[in-house]
Amino acid sequence: MTEPVPASPAPIEALRDKGPDKPPRSKWKDVWAQFRKHKGAMVGAFFLIFITLGVLVGPYLWTLDPQALDIRAKDMRPIYTALWDSSAKVSWAHPLGSDQLGRDNLSQLIAGGRASMAVGWAAMILSLVIGAGIGVLAGYFKKLDGPLMRLTDLFLSLPILPLLLVAVTLFRQPLRANFGPEGGMFILIVTVVGITSWMPTARIVRGDVLALKEREFVLAARSIGTRPFQIIKRHLLPNVLSPIMVSATLGLATAIITESALSFLGVGFPSDFPTWGKMLADAVARMEDFPERVILPGIAISLTVLGVNYLGDGLRDALDPRIRGR
Amino acid sequence: MLTYAIRRLVLSVPTLLFISFVIFMLLQLAPGDPMAQVPLTVPPEVKQKMREALGVGEPALVQYWKWLVQVFWIEPKVFIDWLTRDSWLLGWLPDTHLYNGELRVISWQTRSPVMDIVLQRIPQTLWVVGLSYVVGVLIALPIGIYSAYRQYSVFDQAGTFITMVGFSIPPFFTGPLLIVIFSVYLGWFPSIYDTTHVVRDWASFKVQLMQMIMPVMVLALQTTAQLSRYMRASMLDNLNQDYVRTARAKGLSEAVVVMVHVLRNSMIPVITVIALGVPAIFGGAIITENVFKVNGIGQLLITALFANDLPMVMTLTFIFAVLIVVFNLIADILYGLLDPRIRYD
Repeated sequence: MTEPVPASPAPIEALRDKGPDKPPRSKWKDVWAQFRKHKGAMVGAFFLIFITLGVLVGPYLWTLDPQALDIRAKDMRPIYTALWDSSAKVSWAHPLGSDQLGRDNLSQLIAGGRASMAVGWAAMILSLVIGAGIGVLAGYFKKLDGPLMRLTDLFLSLPILPLLLVAVTLFRQPLRANFGPEGGMFILIVTVVGITSWMPTARIVRGDVLALKEREFVLAARSIGTRPFQIIKRHLLPNVLSPIMVSATLGLATAIITESALSFLGVGFPSDFPTWGKMLADAVARMEDFPERVILPGIAISLTVLGVNYLGDGLRDALDPRIRGR
Repeated sequence: MLTYAIRRLVLSVPTLLFISFVIFMLLQLAPGDPMAQVPLTVPPEVKQKMREALGVGEPALVQYWKWLVQVFWIEPKVFIDWLTRDSWLLGWLPDTHLYNGELRVISWQTRSPVMDIVLQRIPQTLWVVGLSYVVGVLIALPIGIYSAYRQYSVFDQAGTFITMVGFSIPPFFTGPLLIVIFSVYLGWFPSIYDTTHVVRDWASFKVQLMQMIMPVMVLALQTTAQLSRYMRASMLDNLNQDYVRTARAKGLSEAVVVMVHVLRNSMIPVITVIALGVPAIFGGAIITENVFKVNGIGQLLITALFANDLPMVMTLTFIFAVLIVVFNLIADILYGLLDPRIRYD
């Protein structure tokens, strides 16, 4: 039975397989190499990490309470105004100044960033889960395709911003009563942003799944008796990861902007809870005297969104195999 | 093509009905009470009667049916009457007198028909939003064409960066920023849009122009950022095609090749994007109207929401939904008309 296989005769030199001259590289290493070439994406990624770390660690480094009122130190200007206006009311105790109630701008910015980033990430993850789920189900199960895609079309023809405003204004009271003023608003905003922004993800994922489903490896998996949900989990989801990641970055940017827009229109978080959009909205009334109170949160929102958008741009290039080889 | 258009038109009716039903049911869950502002000295049974007078006493489905009848049957009658009586377009026709005093959709704030208020507000919105869209398109197209033609040049790189920035800065930041720079420091433009201003002569026209510049620019920045990306990508797709090489090889001038052959083909997807963007810009105008105090329909929606004026909110949201459905339809039909390769049937 187990006779040793006779040694094969030495192969002809020209026919011998050449070993790979480079060690094989994994796909993710290639993606990373391509991603690093995109300068904007690298800067965007670093800025996003910086902001995220800043709002996570910031409250421990800058320990002033963002909600503490200090009426004697109200209306302080940022420290850099002293460069051109020596009579400005500045102090190192409030490097970015304080607002009309004496709350410190720097700690408000950090706390506001925490709220904005938390809402952004949570809403993005929610919309990704809904979008990817509906997309995979519609693409894989033919019976569900029609109804689910009609549902997606319906959602796409809803007027998003008016509906968001309606939903937030109407459901504010009951949710606040149940989960507290901040928790209730957080749940409400994350939910409404999540369930109104999953449609593009669902469409992209459905398209990719429709194409993948016909490939041989799925046929092979089915022929050995793998159940549909196993196929989805093991074979389809890893392959649609790249479009999902790209729409994740877009979703994060949209969620941050939507949350700030709601806060700006005055239907967001309660008035003593700082977010970037709320700081901006509160400062608009006094922007002639204190332009920095508009500009600082505005720059924070814009730079974060810009960073996220650049990150998405780079990810799209890096994850696209047609571009990656070049 | 015609059958496709008709089929889509017919299909959009159940879509709109469903959307209006969803919005109505959402508003039914609203905790607010239209009688909240009435003094406490008014006895409860009188309050109940007032509620019923506003149409709140009936079951939800009956209310929805009445709203449907009012919006789709009575309001068109009022509109046709107005067309044949007062408008300069069809005013020469004999008066129709279709409307004889049925109840219309009434706003809870003013107790006057919602549609009358909406019609008062629409010109302001249309002026600002419409003009900003035209300006945005006119800026975006040349930028997109040129940056595709000189791909990776300094102009292209700068254009990419600026569109990315324009894409990322939300209008509620650009608005105040422009106000700080141009109204506070430079004093060039007024910070508030005065809707009572009447254009009579050259001087008042200049005032109107000055107050329109900033809101129009804020909205146009968003449009420009998106459209010039699309224009550039679409031009790039076409510039490397064989027919472009043929056109050059037969000795056509570069201007004709780019501006006639390539541009005409690249405009096909861009035009549908332009059509699809119209409802979005109405939605985005809610914020811009709020920043510059333009009393258009976006501002009307916000005040109605805060005043718990459900019929007004319902009707306005439905108008936004109609805009989206109609412009989706227009985009699809335009795509089929412009590109003979697309066949829907």
